[in-house]
Amino acid sequence: MLFKPISQNFNDFVIDRDKERCINCEVCVRQCSYEAHFWDDARQCVMHDNTKCVGCHRCEALCPTGCLTIKKNPADFRDNALWTPTYMKHIYKQGDTGGILLSGMGSPSAKPIYWDNLQLDASQVTNPSIDPLREPMELRTYLGSKPDKVEVEETPEGPRLKTKIGPQIKLEYPMMFSAMSFGSINFNLHKAMAMAATELGIVYNTGEGGLHPTLYKYGANTIVQVASGRFGVHKDYLNAGAAIEIKVGQGAKPGIGGHLPGEKIDEEVSKTRMVPVGSDAISPAPHHDIYSIEDLLQLIYALKEATEYRVPVSVKIAAVHNAPAIASGIVRAGADIVVLDGFRGGTGAAPTMIRDNVGIPVELALAQVDNRLRDEGIRNWASLVVAGGTRCSADVIKAIALGADAVYIATSALVAVGCTLCGRCYTGKCPWGIATNEARLKKRQNPEIAAKRLTNLVKAWGHEIQEMLGGMGLNSIESLRGNRDKLRGIGLNEVELDILGVKHAGR
Amino acid sequence: MGKKVTLDADGVYYKQLNEQIRDAIRNGAEEIELLNVRGQRYIGNAIDKPVKFLVHGVPGQDMAAFMRGAFIRVEGNAQDGVGNTMDDGEIEINGMAGDVLGYAMRGGRILVKQDVGYRVGIHMKAYMDKAPIIVAGGKAGDFLGEYMAGGAIILLGMDSTMPENAPITGRSLGTGMHGGVMYIRGEVPEYQLGPGLSFHPLEEEDMAFIRTHVEAWAKAFGKDAEEAMKGTFRKVKPFSKRPYGNMYVGTN
Ligand code: SF4
Ligand code: SF4
Ligand code: SF4
Repeated sequence: MLFKPISQNFNDFVIDRDKERCINCEVCVRQCSYEAHFWDDARQCVMHDNTKCVGCHRCEALCPTGCLTIKKNPADFRDNALWTPTYMKHIYKQGDTGGILLSGMGSPSAKPIYWDNLQLDASQVTNPSIDPLREPMELRTYLGSKPDKVEVEETPEGPRLKTKIGPQIKLEYPMMFSAMSFGSINFNLHKAMAMAATELGIVYNTGEGGLHPTLYKYGANTIVQVASGRFGVHKDYLNAGAAIEIKVGQGAKPGIGGHLPGEKIDEEVSKTRMVPVGSDAISPAPHHDIYSIEDLLQLIYALKEATEYRVPVSVKIAAVHNAPAIASGIVRAGADIVVLDGFRGGTGAAPTMIRDNVGIPVELALAQVDNRLRDEGIRNWASLVVAGGTRCSADVIKAIALGADAVYIATSALVAVGCTLCGRCYTGKCPWGIATNEARLKKRQNPEIAAKRLTNLVKAWGHEIQEMLGGMGLNSIESLRGNRDKLRGIGLNEVELDILGVKHAGR
Repeated sequence: MGKKVTLDADGVYYKQLNEQIRDAIRNGAEEIELLNVRGQRYIGNAIDKPVKFLVHGVPGQDMAAFMRGAFIRVEGNAQDGVGNTMDDGEIEINGMAGDVLGYAMRGGRILVKQDVGYRVGIHMKAYMDKAPIIVAGGKAGDFLGEYMAGGAIILLGMDSTMPENAPITGRSLGTGMHGGVMYIRGEVPEYQLGPGLSFHPLEEEDMAFIRTHVEAWAKAFGKDAEEAMKGTFRKVKPFSKRPYGNMYVGTN
């Protein structure tokens, strides 16, 4: 194989098949959508090609005799702190193809994760902790613009709210399923998210690929997204949900648009996006009708007019350097919800350099945006939601203590249904049946089972949040919002503490 | 004869004006005449009934955004964002129109008597039996038909308020175009085209298509269709349905 491209010399994974135990059943052959396993006629047994393996572990999970282990390739380059194998392999690929490096999923780069440097408080002796199993523990959250003051009037039936409050999204847990478009993930998972959100009393976000006709009935638990490509955006769509979200930016790829490759556009995706089968669905980097805050205001109100002011409008941006000033502009432009998406947020496909090098940690952006809106006296005009790399309920509760009203989760939702973060979502061949629209692959996800798993996840996190709240002597999530005194930093320098607005542990 | 309603927009804020319009439609109005319109936004926004609007004055931003199936005639110029993400319907602007006309428009037709601004027809898309069409009698600014994914833009360059020697269209014509077609009457230097694009010879069907819509334009504004058809048209169409298909190499 003289003319093999260099990049194929150095595979990331090796497939370890215990020949003793293998029964040549070919399950692995059928399960691997990358054709790494194959039936070898000459040798009359199942063989494999390590260079094709992306390390998704599907075959390993499904092998009936448990004889497969997917391992990192132990073959190593000489140690070099600068030239790690990742960089070398990137260059081999680019030397072979001249292509822009493309990745799936959020950034795996080893950059600070501030959640891990924050510790929560707990009550001891005074202000005793509350047992959530015994006492009511409020997680309910309303997202939307809150009035500057409320007026109450006395009526014979008791006090009544006089102030008119704008439209709100009601959440039973301070969590939502974040935008993953139909097309980037398949219908079964969209349906699962819709069912789970309905069961949980939360909402899921359609992403920018429109809403499948059969999912309109879950509208009360749906946020419909409007992105620069405006796929599947029309009057009924805008009026279908509990809110509308304008996607300006995405944490995984700030500053650039989206691009659903033609391969992923089958009949159903085509119908929902309202673009022809097989043609690329390109979302330009900016919305070409938004070049300023004034233009953003125009779109926000165009959407409010289109829905006759019945639903809140959210604006999602990537967490970038000037997030506080931008967020202030967004709130003043009339958004009811602002979403900050951090650079660790997932994606179906993003240029690797952008994914790993653009944007700032969402923890820092969140703290600063919350400060800025408070300083300007407009924090109540909009709710604040964070997204991007929330791995557990502790991350959620820390986000809320830092100032978020709610948290979007997406990668964790996919992991709950089997995603192994192999990072190859852009191939459309996800062996776990998630980031794929191929009929034989997508049926690996059953909507009912996936919905159950998503429901389990959110309920479990809800319980954990209640326990942590109880431990702090709080009986409602509202009492924790922006309550940074419940956080302490560990291993952070003074600048970081200042930005986060928290004291160091021990203070 | 349908029910006709006349509304005076003089000094009425857009929110109230649009409420009045929606109320009128709920009460069965089939024809709505708007007087003294001066920049009120979102007229015709998301209207999904076959209502006929006659607008006197200058409607504000985002007229007919998300509109589905109504007819709007404007006696005057229109501002930016006409037909934003419009689904269906017909618009006639007896004057000029601003920037981002027909952004992400999916169906229907917009006829403009004279010039249009920048970023017109960006990301227009066709789907099934829907194919949006824009006809402008004058000249256009930069980025015409960028990211276009379907439908047609016809630019006549005839009835323009721009200087005689001003180019018919600006820079970056059709950049990232991956569907649809543009017909431009007159000379367009090649360098104005977006990367990878070129001019194509016109076929008979092209001429028939142009004629149908030029005749509609001429009829709407009392123009001579034959005069318009005399010019030479240049056709711009995408070189691929997947212009960026080969730009990437997968990694983790
Ligand atoms: S699935 Fe397991 S037992 Fe079956 S052929 Fe593959 S490695 Fe062998
Ligand atoms: S199924 Fe996944 S882990 Fe197994 S060989 Fe194929 S790519 Fe590798
Ligand atoms: S969704 Fe599928 S392709 Fe994407 S990282 Fe998860 S397992 Fe891999």
